[in-house]
Amino acid sequence: MKARLVDHLATFFFWLGAGIILVLLGALVGYLLFKGCKWIDLDFITRAPENLKAGGGVGPQLFNSFYLLVLSMLFTVPLGVGAGIYLAEYAGNGDVNPALALPRSKRASNFLLAALNLSIETLASLPSIVVGLFGLLIFVVSTGWGYSLMAGALALTVLNLPVMVRISLEALHAVPRDLKEASLALGASRWETIWKVVLPAAFPGLVTGGIITAGRVFGEAAALLYTAGMSSPVLDFSDWNPLHPNSPLNPFRPAATLAVHIWKINSEGLIPDVRRVADGSAALLIIVVLVFNLLARWLGSVLYRRMTAS
Amino acid sequence: MQRGTGTMTATRRKQLYREYLGHYLTFACAVLLIVITLAIVVFIALQGLATFFANHINPWQFLFSTRWQPDRPLSEGGPLVGTLAFTVGSIAVSLLAVLIGGPLSVVAAVFMVEIAPGWGRKVLQPAIEILAGIPSVVYGWIGLSLLVPFLRHELHTLGFSLLAGCLVLAVMIIPTVVSLTADSLRSLSRDLKEAAYALGSTRWQTISRVLLPAARPGIMTAIVLGLARAFGEALAVQMVIGNTRNLPASILSPMTTLTSAITMDMGYTIPGTAWNNALWSMSLLLLLITFGFIILIRLVGRGRVYR
Repeated sequence: MKARLVDHLATFFFWLGAGIILVLLGALVGYLLFKGCKWIDLDFITRAPENLKAGGGVGPQLFNSFYLLVLSMLFTVPLGVGAGIYLAEYAGNGDVNPALALPRSKRASNFLLAALNLSIETLASLPSIVVGLFGLLIFVVSTGWGYSLMAGALALTVLNLPVMVRISLEALHAVPRDLKEASLALGASRWETIWKVVLPAAFPGLVTGGIITAGRVFGEAAALLYTAGMSSPVLDFSDWNPLHPNSPLNPFRPAATLAVHIWKINSEGLIPDVRRVADGSAALLIIVVLVFNLLARWLGSVLYRRMTAS
Repeated sequence: MQRGTGTMTATRRKQLYREYLGHYLTFACAVLLIVITLAIVVFIALQGLATFFANHINPWQFLFSTRWQPDRPLSEGGPLVGTLAFTVGSIAVSLLAVLIGGPLSVVAAVFMVEIAPGWGRKVLQPAIEILAGIPSVVYGWIGLSLLVPFLRHELHTLGFSLLAGCLVLAVMIIPTVVSLTADSLRSLSRDLKEAAYALGSTRWQTISRVLLPAARPGIMTAIVLGLARAFGEALAVQMVIGNTRNLPASILSPMTTLTSAITMDMGYTIPGTAWNNALWSMSLLLLLITFGFIILIRLVGRGRVYR
C-alpha cells in the first residue's frame, strides 16, 4: 500500500512541476503582452527614438533588427548547410550501404572529424558576449568598418553557425537511406544525389530549423553591443541606395537593434519614458518570436505534406 | 567504363567537375568552422594576455585578489585588477540557478516522457520552445521591471541582488535542461521500463530506480549545459544583479559577474589601459571556463548506461 501511496504522491509532484512551468510561461508572455501592447501603434513602430525627451518610437530599431536578420542569414544558411552536407554526406560513409560509400581515402580523417566536432561544440557553448568581443576585434577594429551592420551580421553568423550545422545534420540524417542508395545505384554522382535527392527531402527540416535560428538572431543583444553598436544614425527612409551613409540599406552604418535598444535605454536611463518604450519593445520582440515559432511549424508541416505527397 | 581511355563524354566530365566542386565547397564550409574557432582562441588569448605581459599584472593577483581599482594612478602604485569577486559572483549565480531550475526541469522532462506523453507533446513541448525563444534582454527586462521591485517591497532590500539574478537565470536554463533530459529519457530502451513493470514496480519506482539512473549521463550533460548557459549569460544578469564590485555578503546583496563587468565597462575604457586589458583577460577566462565545461560534459556524458 505504501508503494502505491508514494507513487500517487510522485505523480502529483510531476504534474505540479509541469504546471509550474506552464503557469510561468503563461504569466511571462501574458504580462509582457498586457503591459506592452497598449503602447504599440503605428506611431510607435515607425517613429525615430528620442535621446532625452519622452515620446520616441522604435522605427529604425525594428528595421535594423529585420535587416540584420536578413544579412546574417545570408551568411549563416549557406555556410551552415554546406558544413552540414560535408559532415553528413562526405566525411563519414554518407549513411549508405558500404558498397556505395566513398572510398576511405576520400573521407575525413579521424583527426579532422574530432577537430570539427570540437569546434562545433566550442562555438555552440561560447558565451555570446565573447563572440561579440571577437567580433569587436576582427570585424570592427581590424577591418576598419567601425560599429556596423556588417560586423554585427558576421558576429551573429559566428554565433549561429553551430546551430545551423546541427539543424542541417539532423535534417540530412532524417532522409531515408533508401532514397540515397537508389539514386547512387542509378549512377548519379554523390553531388547529384545530394543536390537533387537529399536536399529536397531535407528541405522541410531545414526551413523549420532555419526560421527558429532566425528567431534567435532577432532577439540577440550581447553579441551586438560592440559589433553593430548601440546607436543608429538618422535614417532617410526615402533613400534606398546602399552606398549612401544615411540610407537604411547601407550595411556599413552602426545600427542598434530592438533588443539592444531595450538594454541601452535601461542602462543609460536618459529618456523619461523608459518603461513605456521598453514595455512596448519587449512586447514587439515577443510577438515576432511567437510569429516565427508558429510560422516555422506551419511552413514545416505544409512543406512536408507537399514534398511527401501525403 | 574503363578509366584513362580518354573517351570521357562531356556529360561525364561535367558530372565529375560538379562532384569535385561540391565536395570541396562543402569541405571548405566545414573547415571554416575550425578556422573560426582557432581565430577566436588566438585573438582573445593575444588580447587577454596583454594584461600580464604589457601591463605587468601578476596573474595570481588577477585571479585571486578581490581588489578592483583599475584606475588607480601610478603614483599610488598603479592599477589593481583582482577579479575574484566577479568569478565568485558568476559561480554563485549560475550554481544557484541550476539548483533551482535543474530539478524543476528534470521533473518536467520526466512528466513529458513518462507521465503524460500526449499532454507533454501537445502543450509542454511548444511551451518549452517558446520559453527558449524569449530573448535574454526580455528576461532581463521582466526581472528589472517585475522581480526587482517585488523583492524591494517584500524584503525591504535594494532588490538588485544575487537572488534576482539566479531566479532569472533559473527560468532561462529550463528549456535547455528539459529538452536534453527528455531526449536522453526517450533514447532509453523500452526493455528497461517493461522489465521494471513486469517485476511489479510502481511507476515511481520504475522512474526513480530504473529510468533516472539509466539516463544519468544524459541528465548530467543537460545540467552542465544549463550551468554553462547560466555562466555565459550577460545582459539578463547584468540588468538585475546590481553590479557592485564586492564579494556578495548574502543572497540579498547586490554583486557582479564576469560577463556583467565586461558588458558594462568595455565601451567606456580606453584600449591599451590595464582596465581595458583586464576585461579582455576576463573574456579569456570565460573562454577557458567554456573549455572546462566541454571537458566536464565529456566526462559526465561518458558514464555507463546500465548499472
